[in-house]
Amino acid sequence: MAGPVQSIERAAAILRLLAAGPRRLGLGEVAASLGLAKGTAHGILRTLQHVDFVEQDATTGKYQLGAALLHLGTSYLDVNELRSRSINWADALAARSGEAVRLGTPLEGMVLVVHHVFRPDDTLQTLDVGALLPLHASSLGKVLLAYGTAPFDSALESGLDAYTRHTLVTREQLTRALAEVREQGWAVENQEMSMGEAGLAVPIRGHGGLVVGAIGLSGPVERICDSQGRPRPSLITLIREAARAISRDLGAARW
Amino acid sequence: MVERYVMSIDQGTNSTRCILFDRGGRLVSVAQREHQQHFPRPGWVEHDAVEIWHNLRRVVSEVLTGSGTAVDGEQVAAIGLANQRETTVLWDRRTGTPLGRALVWQDTRTGPLVEELRQRPGEEFFLDRCGLPPSTYFSALRIRWLFDHVKGLEQRAKDGEVLFGTMESWLVWNLTGGVDGGLHITDATNASRTMLMNIHTLTWDEELLAFFGVPRPMLPEIRSSAETYGEARALLPGVPITAALGDQQAALFGQTCFSPGEAKCTYGTGSFLLLNTGTDVVRSRHGLLTTVAYKIGDRPPVYALEGSIAVTGALVQWFRDRLGLISSAPEIETLARTVEDNGGCYIVPAFSGLFAPRWRSDARGVIVGLTSYITSGHLARAVLEATGWQTREVVDAMNADSSVALKELKVDGGMTADNLLMQFIADVLDVPVVRPMVSETVSLGAGYAAGLAAGYWTDLEVLRRNWHPASRWLPRMDPGHRESEYDNWRRAVERSLGWIRSPGAS
Repeated sequence: MAGPVQSIERAAAILRLLAAGPRRLGLGEVAASLGLAKGTAHGILRTLQHVDFVEQDATTGKYQLGAALLHLGTSYLDVNELRSRSINWADALAARSGEAVRLGTPLEGMVLVVHHVFRPDDTLQTLDVGALLPLHASSLGKVLLAYGTAPFDSALESGLDAYTRHTLVTREQLTRALAEVREQGWAVENQEMSMGEAGLAVPIRGHGGLVVGAIGLSGPVERICDSQGRPRPSLITLIREAARAISRDLGAARW
Repeated sequence: MVERYVMSIDQGTNSTRCILFDRGGRLVSVAQREHQQHFPRPGWVEHDAVEIWHNLRRVVSEVLTGSGTAVDGEQVAAIGLANQRETTVLWDRRTGTPLGRALVWQDTRTGPLVEELRQRPGEEFFLDRCGLPPSTYFSALRIRWLFDHVKGLEQRAKDGEVLFGTMESWLVWNLTGGVDGGLHITDATNASRTMLMNIHTLTWDEELLAFFGVPRPMLPEIRSSAETYGEARALLPGVPITAALGDQQAALFGQTCFSPGEAKCTYGTGSFLLLNTGTDVVRSRHGLLTTVAYKIGDRPPVYALEGSIAVTGALVQWFRDRLGLISSAPEIETLARTVEDNGGCYIVPAFSGLFAPRWRSDARGVIVGLTSYITSGHLARAVLEATGWQTREVVDAMNADSSVALKELKVDGGMTADNLLMQFIADVLDVPVVRPMVSETVSLGAGYAAGLAAGYWTDLEVLRRNWHPASRWLPRMDPGHRESEYDNWRRAVERSLGWIRSPGAS
């Protein structure tokens, strides 16, 4: 078995040091306090800064604990922040696809619609922000379940109600569907919430690739899906591009 | 055939942004850099023009590589600029070095001068010529202040060694070669904010120049908002620069408010409601500004009435950066939603005095209604509501000046991502609030103007067809509640007035 990793031990010591003091510390102070070479301390601080565990004051160059540490364990992303970061890409997605766009995050066993862009056809539409959708019967919800953003049990607790004859109402059906979502990277909902309507959604990732929400398109089934009930490849491409742009903006470098 | 795009540069108060748009007016790629805000004394706000030029270089290269598929410079059909208005840069014609930091539109150091001008020669003198009342807001007063406070500057300007510009002039000059033959130009919308341009003739006004003591050689040539000014020599060599507009006029253009009676409000650092008045120069009787909306090539200029609000988003930034109560601007909504209402608390953000419709340089910010009951959540509500009520005051002025009352408000800008705020604005105005599918309308407007001049788009109708609503908020506040809250707001504003004493008063 491998021994402890020295650089991680040192990083932990730096975090403890920054957490202990009431004020920001300079590089020299950090290095001296821990008996590290300045170059070593700097490398670790830079890495911690990169993952937002540490922040550097722009004017003094001194370090303090980063906001990301405070939210550790809650996978915290402010939903209003998510909307703000997504708004340009959600607009572009709606404009290109010609369909309505929604963003969802989990809330108490449901999907909370945190952003909604109208279908760009100038018809009268009602703003859906704040509405709740069922996890098991929406494409947004399936993405949140598939990637563990919403716990699977929370969907079961809310009950797998049948909205149409296509709704997935058993644990087995849903489990199988979620495995497919993980395999494909997208979720489809084909007339599972209301007849004639379909939806397509993909994950939005934050730091380190953690799924923080889902972005989806919805509209009449014949526009979202082909005659075999598969979502149209052109839409999958568009929605993936949008999700990638948002994820990049949220700090998920690899997506 | 390779896809071609229009590049839009938005040099704003907080950041410089570069966006590529496609033929459908859809955003393809975006890059942005913030620049530092310098507050050397209370009421002073400065920017480093060199930092901004460096940021522009960076965002232009980032936007070309950042769109998934890399875009070649040759795929850029034209460049358009939109910029923070009134911010004043002076630089050395021979070295290209700025002579001190740029004085930003929010800067209030010219306050004492405003009081003097109000007394003599009086508002009418200015309103007749440039459509603007004396205010710390406009560029001419800053030039005067610099002449009075920087030794030898006035003489150097008279000798032709100094160039003046708002940000678009500075950037176009640098883009087109700088000291090596750079174009020294501005457009009619930006020039209309200097207090030096005659609003009827769109030329530098001799009487105003004489009054402020501004030597003609330092001023840029006034061009239309959309025409081929020249080709870039830096960053994107050979690409034509074909549009420049003040950011708020660009947003009006991006919202495709091309007909008289159409209006928009852009929610950014400050907020600006502009109403297209067609080719008529309308003089407000209720504290609005007369300004040039746009001038396309050699077509007649189109004018607008403007209600300028100095501090809206800037209040959220202050809440974030100076009070540290939130860590990002969007979190203001999260914090505000922790409470049901404002708890009786009101914030009047008269940081730079009050702009439209009151124009009171002697006002300063107040928080009223504080009790032990008030939490940070109530303050967050009061922050957002301040933007709503300030909009209401401007809309009231606009309705009083115009024959037709506003039926719907088109909105854009970063703060439109805040649903609580947008709902509140619909509630206090009692009309629907609509956000279009591109909320970056400042950039879109500069892109549209540039694309029109370059033949990328054929006419205004094509642009109009790109406009679609993305969100709509409907009013649902009880009328009695609205009236009593508005009354509270007005009482709070009363308390912000007259805080700065005029010189001589003890």
